Amino acid sequence: MHKTAIETTINGERVEFLCEPRQSMLEVLRDVLGLTGSKEGCLTGDCGACTILVDGRATCSCLMLGVEAAGHKLETVEGLAQGANLHPLQQQFLENASLQCGICTPGFLMSAKALLERNPHPSEAEIRYALAGNLCRCTGYDKIVRAVLEASKATTSKAA
Amino acid sequence: MAAGTTEGSRFRVIGTRPVRHDGVEKVTGAARYGADYAFPGMLYGRVLRSPHAHAIIKSINVEKARKLEGVRAVVTSADLPELPDRIEQGGELPINLHHLSCNILARGKVLYDGHAVAAVAATSPHIAEEALRLIEVDYEVLPPAMTVEDAMAPNAPILLPSLRNKEDGPDKQTNVAAHVQFKRGDIKDGFSKADYVIERTFKTAMVHQGYIEPHNAVGIYNADGHATIYCSTQGSFVVRSLSAAVLGIPEGKLRVVPAEIGGGFGGKTTIYLEPLSVLLSQKTGHPVKLTMNRAEVLRATGPTSGGTIRCKMGATKDGKLVAAEVWMAYEAGGFPGSPVPMGAMCIIAPYDIPNMVIDAYDVVVNRPKTAAYRAPGATNAAFASETIIDELAEKCGIDPCDFRIKNGAHEGTPQTAGPPYKRIGMIETVEAIKNSPHYKSKLTGKNRGRGVATGFWFNIGFQSSAMVNIHNDGTASVVTGSVDIGGSRASMAIITAEVLGLDVKDVRPLIADTDAIGYTDVTGGSRTTVATGLAVYEAAQDAVRQLKERAAKLWEKKPEEVEFNNGMLSAKANGVKPMSIKDIVPRLGRTGGPITGRATVNARAVGPAFATTCVDVEVDPDTGKVSILRATVAQDAGKAVHPSYVEGQMQGGTVQGLGWALNEEYFYDSKGVLRNTGLLDYRMPTCLDLPMIETVIVEVPAPGHPIGSRGVGEVSIVPPPAAVANAIARAVGVRMTELPMSPGRVVKAILSKDGAAVASAAAD
Repeated sequence: MHKTAIETTINGERVEFLCEPRQSMLEVLRDVLGLTGSKEGCLTGDCGACTILVDGRATCSCLMLGVEAAGHKLETVEGLAQGANLHPLQQQFLENASLQCGICTPGFLMSAKALLERNPHPSEAEIRYALAGNLCRCTGYDKIVRAVLEASKATTSKAA
Repeated sequence: MAAGTTEGSRFRVIGTRPVRHDGVEKVTGAARYGADYAFPGMLYGRVLRSPHAHAIIKSINVEKARKLEGVRAVVTSADLPELPDRIEQGGELPINLHHLSCNILARGKVLYDGHAVAAVAATSPHIAEEALRLIEVDYEVLPPAMTVEDAMAPNAPILLPSLRNKEDGPDKQTNVAAHVQFKRGDIKDGFSKADYVIERTFKTAMVHQGYIEPHNAVGIYNADGHATIYCSTQGSFVVRSLSAAVLGIPEGKLRVVPAEIGGGFGGKTTIYLEPLSVLLSQKTGHPVKLTMNRAEVLRATGPTSGGTIRCKMGATKDGKLVAAEVWMAYEAGGFPGSPVPMGAMCIIAPYDIPNMVIDAYDVVVNRPKTAAYRAPGATNAAFASETIIDELAEKCGIDPCDFRIKNGAHEGTPQTAGPPYKRIGMIETVEAIKNSPHYKSKLTGKNRGRGVATGFWFNIGFQSSAMVNIHNDGTASVVTGSVDIGGSRASMAIITAEVLGLDVKDVRPLIADTDAIGYTDVTGGSRTTVATGLAVYEAAQDAVRQLKERAAKLWEKKPEEVEFNNGMLSAKANGVKPMSIKDIVPRLGRTGGPITGRATVNARAVGPAFATTCVDVEVDPDTGKVSILRATVAQDAGKAVHPSYVEGQMQGGTVQGLGWALNEEYFYDSKGVLRNTGLLDYRMPTCLDLPMIETVIVEVPAPGHPIGSRGVGEVSIVPPPAAVANAIARAVGVRMTELPMSPGRVVKAILSKDGAAVASAAAD
């Protein structure tokens, strides 16, 4: 099948890739660019394991075509840490034991990042609403919600 | 080995909450799960699946598919050896190899919607997908049997023409694969002593484990006859033995490398794609990666059984249980092997009941072959028995916690299968709920209710291997064959650090492939911390023994004169300066070489687990929607090695149980085709559906285990459906007898109660 050349920005770097029009952004990330941190759980936008940020907005990369990335700014879990410095969300997920198998974790981290950038001090209810598109089958969500609450406090103390 | 009582203070590292050692990889996206593996020249495989619930395969024509550009191989069951009917231990449940092979690729017949028929390898997943549409299968469609009642009816369609059971004899075709019975006392006499008898029939729906990561496998076949599989599995050794059997190759020629695993809950203790990846690699000479999509996971991988349970129990006026009579039949799926025997042994396991008869039937139906799911068989069973227990408590006018405490099983109570319990924590979990802030709080408001239920799970021990390596800088690594599905690496490091007197950060936990470590059973049955933990404990002790021998050599003492405490070697003698592990490491070379502690175990004495759950609900009487307001689970962990991950198991199991209670269900149409093949319609709980899940870790040490740990992975899933049903009964006065308790069913129950009230008012 004919391939299209796409120019986009991923995790702050300019990226060019070739993809077939039928390839999803998730497939491009994983199979073309080798960024396998975004996971496939359903391919129908129901589980959120493939969540990335597109111009700051949490998006299921399985519901986006690779060709649609042109001209946008994409963020994936691979770009969350600054070098060896973990993002406060990553740190809190570790300290709160918020992951068991870990397959949903990249998606939760990206959805939570989008939330905290929009609303740095969310309530528990706001966190649950923002993360309702991400399924976790291991944790019962308790420790995930706590980690996001803690991370929002960490952001506060840094700002102060 | 110290057994018996355990106190928190006895341990230095066990019971602490370090950050898991594999955490950074998992929050940065670096961890490699099965689908993340890629190799040069790799091809992509897809599987063709039956659109029919029950049909004879008259012919398969793959020629057009083979000719599609980019297609490298197409295989059917004709490419696999036909295996004899033989039972093997596979994962948590026994497996018939002939049936297993026919489930990998159908032979002659398809037995459920989604049954694998053929597989393709091509240069891209899209081409493989296109090729599936070019495979021509001629089916003779047969009527399906979708429920246990359908399948047990006199003129039911027969799924497996050769299936027989002992009772019906060698001449009668049947869908009943097995009947097991458990009996104690005199059931008639028991019920004659009862002042109150409650009998109800319960139905539960088939539900899926719902792990977020679909099944996957990469197979690489070498020209020398050796093969390697990279896959996400709960048991790399089970994948090796079962795949070798299905492929007809010696087990020793197959190596299985376990990837990180994205959830399993029992569903990844068997095989689906693994042998196909090797077969396609053998046909093409390339590595082949197979992954399932979500619809395939739901249609064709192990859900757990739904079924029917008739439960009758009797109690005296003062609240003593005297008799229980149970008839239960579980859907096995297309091949025998539902967890109904376990369900039978769990259904009244929390109680001391002198008279009982339990009859359990394993029934094949035109649904996917069931696989283990977290305390297999126990959750359906407890939904029935714990509802009746609640009603009996109500009849007797006794608090539901007190009723359970009064009748609770304890040390010496006979288990369903006969032998008495050793020390268990059933009553302690109920007391923990009774004393919890949740249970002591007052629940107010209309249409709100509180329910309690208790669950039992056996836990298994089985075989594990472990190695502890002492490194040049005085740190250590611990190597096991137990896949880490929920944080077990941290537990293995904690146990090693405890024994060696090291900081837990100085112990590196690793999971080895099937050639690099001795045989290890599945990560399942709540066995990893208990059995692999025991192997790790013994391997670390073996390292300590060797360290003492080396110190003895250096100090010219006998090994028994050397002591090892908190990481320090010492001896009571003049001029002997105590040494740390770090101090002795440079001298290992000249005292006999490096130190590797090793141990293998078959853990037999494992402590059973109990959990008691309390749930507050609010029912919307107009829509039937049930909201969970508050939930608390108390569980006996024996000794929690890493309390955060114990809590995680309790919370995760509770929420799976709540999903089972309220939302989750396989919907089949009249032709036996699954209609909810995605996660929008197979509705698992989201975080918006839930409150925080409160936990109380109860610690009644397991006798015979050096740490006292009990398995914690499963039992928390057992009580929630019954706890929710009991809460609904208190909220709106209706007893729910069918899972899931979805809005439609709840509103129907409310309306028929109100209808009955109206009718009886009219009669007055």
